[in-house]
Amino acid sequence: MKEDLALTQELAARRLPLANVLAGWRPAAIAAGLVLIVLLPFVAKNFFIFQLTMALIYAIAILGLNLLTGFNGQFSLGHSAFYAIGAYTAAILMDQADVPYYWTLPAAGLVCLVSGFLFGLPALRLEGIYLALATFALAVAIPQLLKSTPLEPWTGGVQGVVIIKPDAPFGLPLNSDQWLYFFTVAVAIVLYVCALNLVRSRTGRAIIAIRENPIAASAMGVNVSLYKSLTFGVSALYTGIAGALGAIAVQFVAPDSFTFFLSIALFVGLIVGGVGSIPGTLVGGLFVLFVPNIAEEVSKGLAGAVYGVILILVIYVMPSGAAGLARLLAGQFARLRR
Amino acid sequence: MELLLHQVLAGLATGGIYACLALALVMIYQAIDHLNFAQGEMAMFSTFIAWQLMELGTPYWVAFVVTLVISFVAGVLIDRVLFRPIHDAPILSHIVVFIALFGILNSLAGFIWDFNVKNFPTPFGSRPLFGSGLISSHDAGMIGVTILLLVFLYVFFRHTRIGLAMRAAAANPQSARLAGIRVGWMIALGWGMAAAIGAVAGMLIAPVVFLEPNMMTSVLLYGFAAAVVGGLTSPGGAVIGGFAVGIIENLAGTFIPYVGRELKLTIALFLIVAVLLVKPAGLFGRRVVSRV
Amino acid sequence: MKMHKSWLFAAALLGGAALAAAPAAAQKKYDTGASDTEIKIGNTNPYSGPASAYGVIGKTITAYFNKVNAEGGVNGRKINFISYDDGYSPPKTVEQARKLVESDEVLLLFQTLGTPSNTAIQKYMNAKKVPQLFVATGATKWNDPKNYAWTIGWQPNYQSEGHIYAQHLLKNQPNGKIGILYQNDDYGKDYVRGLKDGLNGKMPIVAELPYETTDPTIDSQILNLRASGADVFFNVTTPKFAAQAIKKAAEIEWKPLHLLNNVSNSVGSVLKPAGFDNSKGILSTQYLKDPTDPTWKDDPAYKEWAAFMEKYYPDGDKTTTFTVYGYLVAQTLVATLKQCGDDLTRANVMKQAANLNNLQLGMLLPGIAINTSPTDFAPIKQMQMEKFNGERWELFGPVLTGGGGAS
Repeated sequence: MKEDLALTQELAARRLPLANVLAGWRPAAIAAGLVLIVLLPFVAKNFFIFQLTMALIYAIAILGLNLLTGFNGQFSLGHSAFYAIGAYTAAILMDQADVPYYWTLPAAGLVCLVSGFLFGLPALRLEGIYLALATFALAVAIPQLLKSTPLEPWTGGVQGVVIIKPDAPFGLPLNSDQWLYFFTVAVAIVLYVCALNLVRSRTGRAIIAIRENPIAASAMGVNVSLYKSLTFGVSALYTGIAGALGAIAVQFVAPDSFTFFLSIALFVGLIVGGVGSIPGTLVGGLFVLFVPNIAEEVSKGLAGAVYGVILILVIYVMPSGAAGLARLLAGQFARLRR
Repeated sequence: MELLLHQVLAGLATGGIYACLALALVMIYQAIDHLNFAQGEMAMFSTFIAWQLMELGTPYWVAFVVTLVISFVAGVLIDRVLFRPIHDAPILSHIVVFIALFGILNSLAGFIWDFNVKNFPTPFGSRPLFGSGLISSHDAGMIGVTILLLVFLYVFFRHTRIGLAMRAAAANPQSARLAGIRVGWMIALGWGMAAAIGAVAGMLIAPVVFLEPNMMTSVLLYGFAAAVVGGLTSPGGAVIGGFAVGIIENLAGTFIPYVGRELKLTIALFLIVAVLLVKPAGLFGRRVVSRV
Repeated sequence: MKMHKSWLFAAALLGGAALAAAPAAAQKKYDTGASDTEIKIGNTNPYSGPASAYGVIGKTITAYFNKVNAEGGVNGRKINFISYDDGYSPPKTVEQARKLVESDEVLLLFQTLGTPSNTAIQKYMNAKKVPQLFVATGATKWNDPKNYAWTIGWQPNYQSEGHIYAQHLLKNQPNGKIGILYQNDDYGKDYVRGLKDGLNGKMPIVAELPYETTDPTIDSQILNLRASGADVFFNVTTPKFAAQAIKKAAEIEWKPLHLLNNVSNSVGSVLKPAGFDNSKGILSTQYLKDPTDPTWKDDPAYKEWAAFMEKYYPDGDKTTTFTVYGYLVAQTLVATLKQCGDDLTRANVMKQAANLNNLQLGMLLPGIAINTSPTDFAPIKQMQMEKFNGERWELFGPVLTGGGGAS
C-alpha cells in the first residue's frame, strides 16, 4: 500500500502542476459545466441568455484573433473587418438568397478563410507595428466599402440589412433565444475542439515555432510563408463565423456596427483572457460584453473612465491575462500540496 | 489646374495636422519602442487645459507655455506611475493600458468640459495668407511650427548627448545602463517630451477642427498612418508622411471618379500599405538587422 | 302595492346599471412597467462615442421628468426614467433595448436616439408590441403606421425639410446651381433625397459631396464645392462639421446662398464657434423657440422653460436648442400619458400617441402644433424659415408644411 502511494505521488509530481491539481477534478468539472450550460437557458431570463450568447460569440471571435496573434505572433488590429465580412455574408445570404441560417456559417467561414489568406500573403512582408497598420487599414476600409454606392444593392448601404432570428427546429419547445444559445454553444464546442487539436498538432507546433523564432523555424524546415498565411486564413475563418452568428443574434447589420473600435474591443478581450490561451478567450468574451455595462452602472457620465480604470487594474493584477493568473495560482496551489 | 493646386495646398494644410501629431508619436516610439494610442487624447486634454486657462483670462502665449509645462510633467507622471509597475509585463499588455488611458482621458474630458465644439484661438489669424485664397495664415503657421519642431527634434537626437542617451536607452537598455545611462529617466523624459509635442499639436489643430473631446480620434488614425509610412524612427519621415497622407487623401477625394469621395481614407491607407510592402520599414525608416 | 313593486323594479334596474358602469369607470389597466405608483420608461442615448454631443437631450429629459415627479407625477404616478448609453453603436442599442424591455420591464421606449440605432431595434419593438415613441431622429421612415404600428417619430422629418428648402429655392433663386455637402449616412442621404424630390429636376445639382464622421476636416470638400461653380450651398452636416464648413467657406471667401440643416442651426453649439460674422446670411428652418432669440424674452412659455432649466438642469447649456428639444419632447410624452388616464396598456399608449389633436406646447413656434392620427405618425410637420443676421436668427415667411410623407 505504501509503495503504491509513493508511486502515485511520484507520478503525480512529474506531471504539470495544473494537470496535477485538476486531475481528479477534471471529469467532474466538465460534467458540472455541461449541466450548467444546458440548464441555464431554462432558469435565466431571455435577455441574459441573449447576453451570454453574445459573450460566447465574442469569445469565438477572440479565439480567431488568438490563433493569429497569440499563437502565431502576428499582430492584428483588423479583425473587425473579418467579423464584418462574416456578418454581411450571413445577412446577404439570408436576406437576398433565402439561405437557411445554418448554411450561412460555413459560407461565412469560407469567404473569410479565403479573404484572410489573401490578406495574409502580402502581409508576410510586414512585421510588428507595420503589420498593425496594414490590418488597421483593413479595419477602417471595410465599413467604408460596405457603405459605398457600388456595393449598395447587396449591402443595403448605410441602412444596413435586417434579418429574422430563426425559430427552434422540429417544433422543439424552445424560444428563439434559447435555440440560438444552444446552437451557438454547439458551434463553439466544435470550433474550440478544433482549435485545441490544431494547436496541439504538428501544424500547431509549427505555428508556435514561427512566433518564437521565425528564422529557427524555417531552418528546421517549416514553410514560414505558407503557415503564416494559412494561420491568417484560419484566424479569419473563426472570426468570420463569429460575425455570422453575431448577425443572426442581433438581427441587424450596418456598416457602423463594425468600426475599428470593435477591433480594439477584441484585442482587449484577447489580452484580458490571456494571449495564447484557448480557455482564456471565454473570459475575454465575458469581459468584453459585461464590463462596459458594469462601468456604466458605476457612473453614467464617466463610464469610459471607469472602464479604463478597471482595465488598468486587471492588467496590474493579471499582466498575462486570466490564463496567466490561473497558471500562477495553480502553480502556487500545487506547491502547497506538496 | 487651379483646383489641383488648391487641393495640394489644402492637403499640405491638413497634412500639417497629421505631421504634427505624427511627430509626437515618433517621439514616444523612440523612447519606448511602442506606439502610444492615447497620444491623441493626451494632446486633446492638454488643449482643453489651455482653453480653460484662457477662459479664466490668461493670455494666449502664457497659457501656451503653462500648458506645455503641465503636459510635460503629466507625461512623466503617467510613465512613472502608470507604466512602471508593469514594465516587465508583455508588450501587448502595455497596449491595453494605452487603450485604457485613451478611454479615461476621453471620458474625463467629456465629463468636465462637455461635448459641444468650442472655438480655440490661433496666434496666426485665420484670414487668407497674403490675401490670396490659396492657404490661410493659420495653416501656413502650422506648417511652419511643424517644421521648426522637426528641426528641433533632429538636432536633439543627432547632436545632443541627451538625445543620444535616449536613443541608446531605447535601442539597448542593458548596454545603456552599463554605459551609465539612467534608462528609467530617459524613458520618462521621452514621455514628457512626447506629451509636450502632443500639446503643441493639439493647440495647432484645434483652431481648424474645433475643440471637443473627440477631436483627435480621427486625426490619430491619420497621424498613425503618417508616422508609420515615414518610418517610425525618423521624425523627418513622419512629417513627410503626414504631408503625403494629406495630399493623397485630398487628391483621391477630388480626382478619382465615383468612389474617390466615399473611399478617401481607404485609398490613402491602401497606398500606404503598398508603400510598406515595397519598403517594409517605412520610407525613411532603418531596417533593423540583428544577429540570430 | 303596485308602486312598491315598480319602485323596487326601478331600484333594481338602477342598481344593475350602476354595477355595470362602476367597473368601467374605476377600471385600471396596466401592462408591464406601469402600476398605481409608477410608469417605467426606457431610453438609449449616446452618452459616449462619436455622437456624444446629443447626450444633452437625454439629460434634459431626465431633468424634466424630475420636475414632473416633484409636481405629483402623471395622474398621480411617478415617472421612472431609465436611460442607457449605447455609444451610437447599433448592436449595443439592441442589447440595451432588450435589457430595458426584458430585464427592466419598462412600459415603453422613448426618444431612442439615432437613425441606425432605431433601425436596429424597430423590428424587435414591433414584434414585441412595445411602443417605440417619439424617436430622436428625423428620418422619414418612422412615419409608417401600416408596417410599423408601434414606432412613431416626432421632429419634422428630413425630407420635409428638404422640400421646404426646395420650395424656397424655386421661388427665390431658380437659376441657381446647387452644391451639397452631406454626411455619408442615413440622415445625410435622407435630406438630399428630400431636396431632390422637392426640386424635381428643375435646378441643377453641380456637386454632391459626402464626408465621413471619421474625417478630421471637410476643408477639401468645401474647396471642391467652390470649384464646382455652385452658388447655393446645401449644408447637411452635424454640429462640428457645420461649424467647420461655415468657417472654411468664409476663409476661402466663398459666399453662396447657404442653407443649413435644422440639426445644426444652434447658435451656441455651431454659429458661435464658427464665428457670427462668418454665419451672417445663413438660412435654416425652425419649429421651436430658439432660447437666444430676444423676441421671446417676455414670452411666458420661454420664462417657464428658463425657470425649469434654472431649477432642474442648472448645468445645462441655455444657448443650445437641444435643451428646448428635450423639454418639448418630454412634454409630448407627458401629454400622451395623461391622455391615457388609467389605461396604461401598451396598446392604449400607442392609441393615444396616434391621437394627439392640435397639441399646443409653449416652446413650439406660434402656429405650429402637434397632430397625429392612426394614418399620420408625423407629430410635427410644420416649420418656418429663418435667417441669421449676424447676431441671432430672424424668422421670416409663413409657417410651411413640408411634403415628405410616409414611405
